[in-house]
Formats: sequence, structure tokens, C-alpha cells
Amino acid sequence: MLQIDLWKRIAIILTIVAGLLLAVPNAFYPRVEAHNDAVLALEGGATGAGLEENAAQWPAFLPSGLVNLGLDLRGGAHLLAELPLEDVYEKRLVGFWPSVLDAMRAERATIGTFRRIGIEDGELRIRLSDASKMDRAIEIVSALARPVVSLSTVGATDFEVTSRNDLLIVTMSEAERLATDERTMLQSLEIIRRRIDEVGTREPTIQRQGTNRILIQVPGLGSAQELKDLIGTTAQLSFHPVVGRTSNANDRAGVGNVIFPSIDEEGVFYVLEENPVVTGEELVDSQPSFDQNGGPAVSFRFNSAGGAKFGRYTAENVGQLFAIVLDEEVISAPRINEAIPGGSGIISGNFSLEQSTQLAVLLRAGALPVEPTFVEERTIGPQLGQDSIDAGRIACIVAFSGVLVFMVLSYGTFGLFANVALIVNVAMIFGLLSMIGATLTLPGIAGIVLTIGMAVDANVLIFERIREELKSAKGPARAIELGYEKALSAILDANITTFITAVILFVMGSGPVRGFAITLGLGILTSVFTAIFVTRLIVVIWFERRRPKTLEV
Amino acid sequence: MRLRLVRDNTNFDFFARPKLWLGISGVMMIVALISFAIQGLNYGIDFQGGTTIRTESSQPVDVASYRAALEPLELGDISITEVFDPNFRDDQFVSQIRIQAQEGEEAASGDMIAAVADALSAVDSGLVLPFPAVDSVGPTVSGELIQTAAIAVVLAILAVLIYIWLRFEWQFAVGAVAALVHDVVLTIGVFSELQIRFDLAIIAALLTIVGYSLNDTVVVFDRVRENLRRYKKKDLKEVLNLSINETLSRTFMTSVTTLLALISLFVLGGDVIRGFVFAMIWGVIVGTYSSIFVASATLLALGVKRDWSKPTDEGGTQFGNTDA
Repeated sequence: MLQIDLWKRIAIILTIVAGLLLAVPNAFYPRVEAHNDAVLALEGGATGAGLEENAAQWPAFLPSGLVNLGLDLRGGAHLLAELPLEDVYEKRLVGFWPSVLDAMRAERATIGTFRRIGIEDGELRIRLSDASKMDRAIEIVSALARPVVSLSTVGATDFEVTSRNDLLIVTMSEAERLATDERTMLQSLEIIRRRIDEVGTREPTIQRQGTNRILIQVPGLGSAQELKDLIGTTAQLSFHPVVGRTSNANDRAGVGNVIFPSIDEEGVFYVLEENPVVTGEELVDSQPSFDQNGGPAVSFRFNSAGGAKFGRYTAENVGQLFAIVLDEEVISAPRINEAIPGGSGIISGNFSLEQSTQLAVLLRAGALPVEPTFVEERTIGPQLGQDSIDAGRIACIVAFSGVLVFMVLSYGTFGLFANVALIVNVAMIFGLLSMIGATLTLPGIAGIVLTIGMAVDANVLIFERIREELKSAKGPARAIELGYEKALSAILDANITTFITAVILFVMGSGPVRGFAITLGLGILTSVFTAIFVTRLIVVIWFERRRPKTLEV
Repeated sequence: MRLRLVRDNTNFDFFARPKLWLGISGVMMIVALISFAIQGLNYGIDFQGGTTIRTESSQPVDVASYRAALEPLELGDISITEVFDPNFRDDQFVSQIRIQAQEGEEAASGDMIAAVADALSAVDSGLVLPFPAVDSVGPTVSGELIQTAAIAVVLAILAVLIYIWLRFEWQFAVGAVAALVHDVVLTIGVFSELQIRFDLAIIAALLTIVGYSLNDTVVVFDRVRENLRRYKKKDLKEVLNLSINETLSRTFMTSVTTLLALISLFVLGGDVIRGFVFAMIWGVIVGTYSSIFVASATLLALGVKRDWSKPTDEGGTQFGNTDA
């Protein structure tokens, strides 16, 4: 007989109520958004009458989760950055060289003289004057390598030492490369996050994608270029001793030296020692400020170790030039007039106020280990996003009304039941989206509209089945029961197959496509739930009250 | 009085001319493939790399003067199309400029966008800046995107093949997949014939079509399975006809409600997703057709196991009945 246990009824009704409650905040989007921001600010220690007022706009006992709007609806900038991870390898070799030099110098008696040829193709090459001493040299340099700490490899060391003819070759081991790649990615993610947080935009998405890419989405930003300016520069600051000046970029720099161009003097190049005295990694703070002439500048402060190194160096080299280098360009090369002990200083150059502010942000957030290239960028203006929301909303309402009317015309009272279920269905999609914090995109809206059209399918299957059962002259109760029973396998099979495609879309897709997959998948779940539980409950309750002798479906 | 799309107790013979229907489907697929081979698809930047800029102006778009203004920038292949939409305000004129991927660059440089903005505002005083939307995809990414998309479609079809094989019999799975391939090929054919831009969202639409068409096919197959158990003596053709007729009313109801929703989205949902919605509308129509004429016809051609009396046989189990 047509019967649903009391506890099942309560469970169904509670599920519906929970779904509706979770969906409610979305109907008051701006208000709830202001409330959420205010609550967050208050928790963060901020105060202010405006905040309290905003926080009070939405009752605390109601859920306040909102559907996140995707970039195509909110407007903003989207970047996919690719990091050339192998660039770091060379730096590791450069950093390794001084210890190699020290170790080999100490053993000059046993290995003879040697000369650094250079770093190329990820190899540090050193030529020995006496190739027969190669084994000893390899032994010495190998002793400098340290074990790599990682889960996947046991017993590997960070550098490998081999030989080719009279060349001693130092390369990074495979295990160390992997470990370095991982470290570079994590470090870059962290730095990009810090830089974007410094600018203070809301809800940025910063995600790692694959082995060497980072996806960055910042809502509300006017153009991708702003974002590129912010994260496109590595902002590697370093201080180098100056060896000389030249006007020819192709001059021989000499072993252990590099040639960098001056940033504001055309045709001027500085020959610098490759190993810096201090780097930006030892900065603790930097602020935009002004130099003694009133021009925009950036002040900085080192940590104690960096400050000590800087103080010692300036004390020993009074009267010498030292270069302030940012991303392989010399910002300025002042003379050291006296020792600078406090570990703080000022960088002046031909900055605009904006540039000095941005440089301060970049220095404070830290340097990116490598320079990213951008393989994908998208900007959506806020107006276009709003237009899309409006258009989507109207389309939703029209689709909704069309289907509602059509169902009543086709199935009468039962059509009404299906409509109640449809409304519950859409509300539950929004409730679920808010609950899991999913992002609604324009294709996602299309997914909802499609669901509106398809959600009635399960009910249609059931109603058609009831009609058929009625034809074979069964009583109303029996017909309804059989209708639900026999339509079930078709409903499940049909929806599971569609669900499979939604899952594949979700796994393989990205961005907007994934948003579509989410709403489609959730729509399938909720429509099956509403068809086999909600409409059934409504039909049963209706049947218990009316006890109709005949049934028209 | 109830609205009836299909009158009760229809008794069409869907397989009176099986060769005709399979022939029509076959010819359409061949036409689609030829069109694809000759014209190819109008790939969006998602799949080809390059930059698209959406411009908006308070003055009517003069494509020729836009083109002339961009000529000196030497950006290579440029296409400019006007965009129309009933939602636009009276003084809102939109165009879409597509610029090929630039030599030696991944995503578009800010300099290029700025140069385009300068050039266009010189000939169009009503131009809205910054541009409402700029998308740029580098060649490396687009190559990967097209690969992932193709894999996604193939995976979806395979997964479905396996699922239906497990739940029904292999003949059903082959029938369903024949219908899916038919739908996907015809959709790609339409996109190639009409040269509608084919981008990442269209792949999503393709997979939805796969899902929808399946939905339809599975409902018919479910009834075939049931009727095969019930009428052990009827021959397969009769059972198929009966099953399709019995589910015809539902097939039309669902297609109509889905089309209602999609058409309202097509008309009112804005131009940004129009191509996407068009693909789905086409897919619903083709999918409805194919579940009757392709999937079932294939099943008829392949024949099917008739003894369903032992539901514990491998494959072909039905979900148990559950009460609410």
C-alpha cells in the first residue's frame, strides 16, 4: 500500500528545510555579502559603527554561506603562470661554486691547478691542468654533496660529480632537481599569495596546476596587466661589489663576475662580482619613502644577519662602489662613504611614486625564485559580468515559468506536485552550491537552466508510468505504487549515466567548464531526490486526505 | 482537458523502413565529416591560441574602419565580428576582435592591448575602455586544452559503454554508443558547416549532449528490457516498436521541457553563451532522434539475448524495488 513511515517523512522534510535554509542567503546576496565581510573584519579586530551595522543586517542564526560567483560573473582578472623551474638549477650551481673553490684550493697540492670554465646546460665545469688527478678531485668535490631528504629516494645526494676528459663536471642529481622543483613551486605560491594579499583584494584564487603552473584569479581587478605587473617581476634584490664600468655589454666579465646593465643610464654596464654581499631574502621590511632630494625612494631594513654582513662589508670597503641590483639590472651604484652599521638603507633611483610603492610591496613580499611566463590570461569587466548575471536570471525565470505552466497543462494536479518538487530542486542546488562553497559560472547557470528542463524528466517517467498502469484497470493506489516502482530502474539508469559524464567533465575540465559540471552533477542528485522522495511524499499525503476513487494523471 | 503531445496508445512502426532511417543518418554523418574535413572547425582561442577582445561602443561598429585602424599594428591575422543581442541597450554596440597568437609570445602583452585600444579609440570616439573582456591563450596551453577535451569526450563515451554493458547487454551498449557517436559527429558537423566558434564551452555542451542522448536511450532500453521479459514470444522488432511507442509520450514531454528551458536561455541568456546553448538545443533534437532511430535500429540489427528469465545471469540486472 501507499505508505511512508513517519520517520522517513520527517527525514525528507528536514532535508528540504535544510536545503531551503542554505539557499536563502543567496536571495539577499548584497546584504549577506556585506554581513560576511563585516563579520570577518570584526573578527580580525577591526572596529567601527558601519561594520557593526552591516554585521547586524543578517541574523546570525541563519546560514550565511553564499554561492561564489565565478570570474565571468563578477568580473576580474585570470592568469595562468608557468614557472621555468630549471632556471633555479643554475642558481644552485652558482651558490655551490664558492664551497667547491674553497675545498679544491685547500687541496691544490694533491690536485694541481684548476680553472672554472663556466656554468652551461646545467653543468658546472672546472678544467684541471692535470687530468690524471681527476679521481682525487672528484673525491674532494663529492664530499661536499649532502644527502637529499625526500620520501621517494634513499641515499641520493644533492650534487653529482663526474668527469669528461680534463673537465670536472658538477650537476644536480635527479632527486635534488625534483626536490628543488617542489620547493620552488611552494615558495612561488607563497610569494604570489603574499603579494596579492598586500594589495588587499578579496577572495583571490591562487592554485597550483600540474607540475609547473600557477592559476591566479583575482575578482574585481580591472585588467590582467595590473596582475601581471604585480606578479610578473621576480623582484630579486641584491647588493654586489662593483668591479668596473663599461659601455660594452659583450665585454669579458672575468671569472666569477657578471655584467648587468644600468636601469636608467643608456649604454652603461657594470661589471659586478657574481656572488652578492647581501640579498633581498634577508630583508625584513621595506617601505616607500623619499630620498634627500625629495624624490620617491624605497627604504629597507635587513634582519640581524643581513645587517651584520652589510655593516661589515661597508666598513671594509669605504670609498668603493657597490651596486644595488634588481632583477639583473643595476638600479644605482653609490659610493660607500662610511660604514652602514644599522642594517637599514634607502634605494633611490628614477622612480615614480607608483613605482616606489610597488617596489616596496614586491620587496616586502619577497622575491620569486624564477620569472614566470604567462600562458593564459583573461579579463572580464564587472559590467559584462553583471549583464551575464542579469541575462542568466531572466532566462532562468522564463525557463522556470514555461516548464511550470507546461507541467500543469500536461498533468493537472500531479503537474503541480512536480512543480513544487522543481522549486525545491532549484533551491537545493543553490543550497548545496553554497554549502560546498562551489563557484557559479556562466556555463554553471546554463547547467541550472538545463537541470530545470531535465529535472522534470524523472517525474514525467513516473507520471507516464502511472497513466499506463491506470489503463490496465488498476485502482488508483495500486497504480501510483506501481508507477513509482517500475519507473525507478529507468530513472536510476538514466541519471547514473548522465552523472558519469558530469563527473568526467568535472575531472577533466577547468574553470567555467568545471562550474558547469558541478551544477549539472548536483542537479542530477537533487532531481532524483525530489522525484523519488519529495513528489512521492506529496502524492501520498494528498492521497491520504482525498482518497480519490479515480485518478486523472 | 489535459495537454497531450502524443496521443494515447500510439502504434507507429518505427522500423518499417529501417534502411531509410539508417541511410539518412549515415548520409548526414558523412556530410558532417566531409564538411569537417574540408572547412574544419572555427576554433576559438582556447584551442588555437591567440587573443580575443570584446569591444563596446556607444556608436555603431564600423568593421572596415576598425580593420583599417588595426592594420598598421601588424598583428597578423585579425577577424572582427559584430555581436548582436536583444539584451543590448540602444546605444550599446559590441564587437569581437580576434587576433592570432603573436610570434614568440605566450599570452598577449599589455602593450599590444594598449596599442589596440589606442588605435580603435582614434576611429571610434564612443569606445568603452577598458575593454569589457580580453582573453588570451598561449599556444602551449591551447594544445593541451584540445587534447584534454578530446580525451574527455572519448572517456565519457567509454565509461558509458561499460556502464550500459554491465547493466544491460553488450548489444545495448553498442546501440547506445552508436547513437552517441552519431550525435557528436552531427554536432561537430553543424559547427563546421555554420562556422560557429568552437571553444572549450562547446566541449562541455558536447558532453551534455552525450548525457542527454543517453538519458533518452536508456529510458527506451529499460522498457525494451522489461518488455523482453514480459513478451517472450514476440519478435524483437515488435518488442522494440512497442517499447518506443510506450515511452514516446515521455520522450516528447522531456524533450519539450528541456527545449523550453534551453530556448529561453538561447534568446535571453546573452550572447556570451549563445553558441554553447545552440549546441545543446541541437543536441537535444538530434539526441531524441538518435535514441529511436539509431540506438534501437542498431539493437535490432545486432539482435539480443531473449531469455531474461534468470535475472542473476551475468549482466542485465535491474535495481531492486525500493519503497520510499
